[in-house]
Amino acid sequence: MIKEFRLPDLGEGLTESEILSWKVGVGDTVSLNQVIAEVETAKAVVELPSPFAGVIKELHEQPGTVVEVGKPIVSFEVADDAGPAPSAAGAPAASGQDAGQDAGKGAGDAAGQAAGESSAGTPRREPNLVGYGAVVESTGRPVRRPRTFPAAGPVDAFAAETRPAATMRGEAAPADTTPAATMRGTGKTPAVEHLAAASDQPAGERPRSTPPVRKLAKDLGVDLARITGTGPQGLITREDVRHFMDGQSAEAGSPGEAAADQGGGKAGQGERETRTAIKGVRKFTAAAMVQSAFTAPHATEFLTVDVTPSMELLARLREGREFAGVKLTPLTLAAKAVLIALRRNPSLNSRWDGENQEIVTFHYVNLGIAAATPRGLTVPNIKGADSLSLVQLAQALSALADTARAGKTPPSDLTGGTISITNIGVFGIDAGTPILNPGEAAILALGAVRRMPWEYQGDVALRQVMTLSLSFDHRLVDGEQGSRFLADVGAILADPGLVLTMV
Amino acid sequence: MSTDETGQGGPAAPDSARHPHGQGRDLVQLVTPSGERISHPEFDYWVRDVTDEQLCSLYEDMTVIRRIDVEATALQRQGELGLWPPLLGQEAAQIGSGRALRTDDFVFSSYRENGVAYCRGVDLTDILRVWRGTASSGWDPYTINMATPQIIIGAQTLHATGYAMGIQNDGADSVAVTYFGDGATSEGDVNEAMVFAASFQVPVVFFCTNNHWAISEPVRLQSHIQLADRAAGFGIPSLRVDGNDVLAVMAATRVALDRARRGGGPTFIEAVSYRMGPHTTADDPTRYRDANELEDWAARDPISRIAALLERKGLLTEELQQQVKDKADAVAREMRAGCTTMPAPEPLDVFRNVYSTPNSWLDRQQDHYARYLATFGDPAGAVAEEGAR
Repeated sequence: MIKEFRLPDLGEGLTESEILSWKVGVGDTVSLNQVIAEVETAKAVVELPSPFAGVIKELHEQPGTVVEVGKPIVSFEVADDAGPAPSAAGAPAASGQDAGQDAGKGAGDAAGQAAGESSAGTPRREPNLVGYGAVVESTGRPVRRPRTFPAAGPVDAFAAETRPAATMRGEAAPADTTPAATMRGTGKTPAVEHLAAASDQPAGERPRSTPPVRKLAKDLGVDLARITGTGPQGLITREDVRHFMDGQSAEAGSPGEAAADQGGGKAGQGERETRTAIKGVRKFTAAAMVQSAFTAPHATEFLTVDVTPSMELLARLREGREFAGVKLTPLTLAAKAVLIALRRNPSLNSRWDGENQEIVTFHYVNLGIAAATPRGLTVPNIKGADSLSLVQLAQALSALADTARAGKTPPSDLTGGTISITNIGVFGIDAGTPILNPGEAAILALGAVRRMPWEYQGDVALRQVMTLSLSFDHRLVDGEQGSRFLADVGAILADPGLVLTMV
Repeated sequence: MSTDETGQGGPAAPDSARHPHGQGRDLVQLVTPSGERISHPEFDYWVRDVTDEQLCSLYEDMTVIRRIDVEATALQRQGELGLWPPLLGQEAAQIGSGRALRTDDFVFSSYRENGVAYCRGVDLTDILRVWRGTASSGWDPYTINMATPQIIIGAQTLHATGYAMGIQNDGADSVAVTYFGDGATSEGDVNEAMVFAASFQVPVVFFCTNNHWAISEPVRLQSHIQLADRAAGFGIPSLRVDGNDVLAVMAATRVALDRARRGGGPTFIEAVSYRMGPHTTADDPTRYRDANELEDWAARDPISRIAALLERKGLLTEELQQQVKDKADAVAREMRAGCTTMPAPEPLDVFRNVYSTPNSWLDRQQDHYARYLATFGDPAGAVAEEGAR
């Protein structure tokens, strides 16, 4: 039989967790309590032990996905006659559901409504110890919606349910809320009676019902907005819901449900747009880019250099015994050049600490390398890159790239970078304005190495030429230091022998 | 390394700084981390009756409670428990002391002493009830003479002292034993309990497991002197033992129990150990703790230590190891089955066990609630719905 495992609340009152990695694949046989996944909550990175002994049938969520508590993440094929499994079997699904509905009361009640919101907002993971509760997350938590009664005209009690974002946002727009809203509960204000009488007019509050009825409607997949209440003041009763269901048995998913589906993109046939939920790495990247672009004033400089000597050096090094089996690329030399140039221009290896009103100058280099991975852009860094020899640096670079491409970069590699390189040359691009990795003072983009006519010893010759693009945080680095740094990197690549004058 | 043998933690400070009153003392240790039995002029006497067979059974108990702990942690990760406070690393402190008790002694523990509960013979399923959220407490304290775990830090020390005053009034020779952590010694309750215990010279043992961390707070921040030395301020004699040495813990507990039974009043025991896991399953110690520290303490693992002792004595046979493993697996299986098949409470169960005698106000509320539930028509559906919410 197939058993689903739903994401439990791994802390106290958490509503979501991110799948970092799966330790198993579809078709693998797993034993009870075998570690199957690594999951990051707002509080901790934890390993998930398998609740069943069986075979993995399906992994419902990919690494990098933020999953709501209570959502199925993996299915197992479990032998019907497995020893302890049957006793262990029924409950997990049930309690998983419990967890989903207890812990994420938000996930429960407001799942439909809030789904669209779950991807919005900047993900903030703060140190969060037991006893202090989770950081309030945008997902799931039922936000108390103000009952808004436009001053003029009757309102539709039922229009709001289908537009979660709008109603949520209603809170942030107190202008919509008239004094009448504060009088709700007396049940005697003219506005309320008015409302009850005129339920077919546009705009207003969510349908009136009671929590058990809303639960019933949710379980049956009924959109309350489509039901006309027969109770006092338009209250929707259980009978109304049941009645509606009888009449609608043929109709499967309601529009409300469809809107709430937060799954991946829906690219139906003939549709002119694809809507993809903003989540995972995309969400993080976006937040990081916005934070960087709007806090650090960027300045960018370009330098085009003849790197033929470097290419010749590369060719010689590749033949050397010391570099046998080591992947040497223009990036390797460029990285080394950056590390050497940084010693002469330390201000590019620093951080703006606005909180303490201090500039932190690092005496070590954690060199970030922008990597395109299946999950999207990540910038893992090489810790202590300045202390590595060229061989070690080359090895570290290829290890970093392999790990990133396999999607196995540990979180520790993604933090603590001090300066970054992005190699846009591999896409055949010459130059661009890179955006700083947040918290860093500089980022260097390497362009493609091209054979171009270039001035050489007084003549025009076909030379291998590359453009370097350097963006720096102008709060930390002046044009002078930025220019000197870029000139140093260019000089090393144009004539590697010049390193002798720099170290 | 940020902890040291003295249990004070922190970078090595000069002795004068660490023990401003010059009262720093050595740990009582009967078995070294490498499993060597070393003699102690005073404490050997208290474990002279421990046979090879009993050593093997101490090893079994420690292994079993570690297995219980691992299984419960897994159950939490699988969504079967809401929370679990692991005891990993504190097995010797719990088994060494728990096994020294008489059945008519009474235990008042914190939430981490599941190993002590095991010694008292608790039903495995009962340990999990609270953590699964199906009951407000796990068992009837009088069936195993152990109160259900106290969540309020240190409050159980007052309960124990009160109970010990009762023992004194009865003229009995049983003892109340209370377990708490290093952090609890900073609580008012623990200090008040020690004042009362000293004033009335009641038969209570204050068993403090110094596991070095009060959630994220290292013990050195809470006390500039050794915890055992705090007891002197209350006029309570204290002992300081290696909490990862099951024999030393047992000896110390027996010394304290003997004093209490003979009318000598309270004793404070500091068992220096280490919480190798998180504070609870909702905690991530890597955020505040140096990984090297864990490594240092893993080298002093209490189970490895008794295993090494058994090996030296030629007792650690494959047969014994297999037998212990089978026992641990069986216990884990039984606990898992008990957990996953535990029935969820009915809505009206909330009214049970509130008062021991009929109460008209409660009856009225129960009646109202029952009628509310009845409005759903289908009682089964209503129950399921209530349960889900």
